[in-house]
Amino acid sequence: MTNLTDVAVVGFAQAPNVRRTHGTTNGVEMLVPIFAQAFERTGLSKQDIGFWCSGSSDYLAGRAFSFVAAVDAIGAFPPIHESHVEMDAAWALYEAWLKIRMGEVDTALVYGFGKSSAGELRRVLALQLDPYVTAPLWPDSIAVAGLQARLGLDAGLWSEKDLAEVAIRSRADAAANPYAQVSGHAEVSELLDAPFVADPLRAHDIAPVTDGAAVIVLASVERARDLVERPAVIAGIDHRVDSPALGSRDLTRSASAEAAGRAAGAGSAGPVEVAELHAPFTHQELILREALGLGEGVRINPSGGALTGNPMFSAGLARIGEAATRILDGDARRALGHATSGPALQQNLVAVLERG
Amino acid sequence: MIAAGSETPLSAPLDVGFDYTRSVGPVLGRFVNALRERRIVGIRGSDGRVHVPPVEYDPVTARALTEFVDVADEGTVVSWSWAAEPLAGQPLERPFAWALIRLDGADTALLHALDAGSAANVHTGMRVRARWSDEPVGHIRDIAWFVAADAPPDPAPTPPPPPVAEREDGEPVGTIITPIHLRYQHSASPEESRYLRGLAEGRLIGQRCPACRKVYIPPRGACPTDGVPTAEEIELPDTGIVTTFCIVNVPFLGQRIKPPYVAAYILLDGADIAFLHLVLGCAAEEVRMGMRVRAAWRPCEEWSTTLENITHFAPTGEPDAPYENFAHHL
Repeated sequence: MTNLTDVAVVGFAQAPNVRRTHGTTNGVEMLVPIFAQAFERTGLSKQDIGFWCSGSSDYLAGRAFSFVAAVDAIGAFPPIHESHVEMDAAWALYEAWLKIRMGEVDTALVYGFGKSSAGELRRVLALQLDPYVTAPLWPDSIAVAGLQARLGLDAGLWSEKDLAEVAIRSRADAAANPYAQVSGHAEVSELLDAPFVADPLRAHDIAPVTDGAAVIVLASVERARDLVERPAVIAGIDHRVDSPALGSRDLTRSASAEAAGRAAGAGSAGPVEVAELHAPFTHQELILREALGLGEGVRINPSGGALTGNPMFSAGLARIGEAATRILDGDARRALGHATSGPALQQNLVAVLERG
Repeated sequence: MIAAGSETPLSAPLDVGFDYTRSVGPVLGRFVNALRERRIVGIRGSDGRVHVPPVEYDPVTARALTEFVDVADEGTVVSWSWAAEPLAGQPLERPFAWALIRLDGADTALLHALDAGSAANVHTGMRVRARWSDEPVGHIRDIAWFVAADAPPDPAPTPPPPPVAEREDGEPVGTIITPIHLRYQHSASPEESRYLRGLAEGRLIGQRCPACRKVYIPPRGACPTDGVPTAEEIELPDTGIVTTFCIVNVPFLGQRIKPPYVAAYILLDGADIAFLHLVLGCAAEEVRMGMRVRAAWRPCEEWSTTLENITHFAPTGEPDAPYENFAHHL
């Protein structure tokens, strides 16, 4: 293939990360205002958008076709060109990236939403597991993450103190993020004095239950230059998946994140300055840093990351949005955004962004 | 006019459930049929490793796997986490450990529950054995849970088995059934809540879209044409017309009225969007497009926040609306 179009992030907006909204599970109340913000920031209107793609889950909503009801927020008349993934909207972004790359459209709007508070999130997420021999036991998401965390603790790959330090840095950074759900100062000793939620995990190790939504506007590089001063060009993007057989994976590392990072160019063409990692558990940040080769010099999760707000099905998209914002604002020249989906970092997407 | 959103939106518990039936195929079929005999089988991967539970394809080479290997129902804890407050559907109702267990003869770990009383009794490397269900049926839950290898026999009964699919006598298990039950708190939008609260007072509340000026009933969190919430409140009468309809002749599960009957789109006077309701009070074949109808309400002491306060719409006997008046609603 030749003459593939380069694609850039030109706009990002997100709803406040909160424990509970009064809104519906179709996300309309969260999406209407952030669509307006995204249009305002890019100077585009809905008629300018060539392709729309969303990420959400009916299991989270407890109803069928919640994503179709969400389309109301677009005002889809005249009829639009639209698609949906039942995954974090970072994967919707991948689909939209392909549409622009292939020259079918030159703009796309990607959005994700989730009302995690509607059900019992950790229990709903058990249904992501293998449906034959694992999900029928209802292992919840925190139980599975606990198994992964202990493997690393037992192997000496990280300590409880290391995990607490991830939480402390995340919460401190979140203090400057008006959208974060959890923020503030904490000491290692005070965090480690707290009781276990699911031994070996304590509350600070676990992302909060969050309602939220996010939107990203993509454009071909040619179009992007007319829209914003510093477009965040997607230099590389890829996603990979590990086996669903939890007991046959080495859970202390992430082969899929490593492969996706390599394919996206995370380790080549110079280091990234900033990385936004979608790690819903403290130990998963350490696994991802290792898998993506992010050394001490890389600023990790200046937004506070998913540990300070984890809106299901948009938290991964928001990581790419936060990374892109560093470039759009002129604070970085090269940044990495990562999204995960599934139990114990089963699926991973990596996008490397550069100032255009 | 009362601004939408000035009251807390309505919400109510929503419980959903479904018994998922799945055919197991030759590999998982072998596994669940062995469980029924209180045996555990794994499968040998391309690299010689024995996978338990068996996988259909090698996770590295993707080759279809066929060599089954018997393994022990006893093994070693590779990792564990503590479930202090078990959730609905989990193997034990009292605190327990989740454990990755490498059974003797296997190279991969099986995820299951470990009944250990307290977290202090669990450690990585501990030896455990399966506590078999009293009534194995060919399902992962035939292993009720694991216990410490040296635990004394537990005379207490195990939980009842999951439902089983019908099959011919002597045939192996080909289908497993897993009941899934989830609980939610379902919320109506602020706009829908205004409408539902109006119904409880016998009022029909619509709202106008600020962009296209159309009147929606029920009102919307976003006008599907313009993407903005409907706002200006309009109280509508309980009269209108049938725009289009169908005669239901087919019986179905949950049907409340004896067929034939008419399900119709009702466009209230002053509304721009029709909604679905029943037309009764005349023979089904007498219902026409454009027919004038009026709501038949239940007695007001039975009203609540639901459109079921209106049992149906009935003909008023007024002249039909001309087709050109409603053609653009079809």
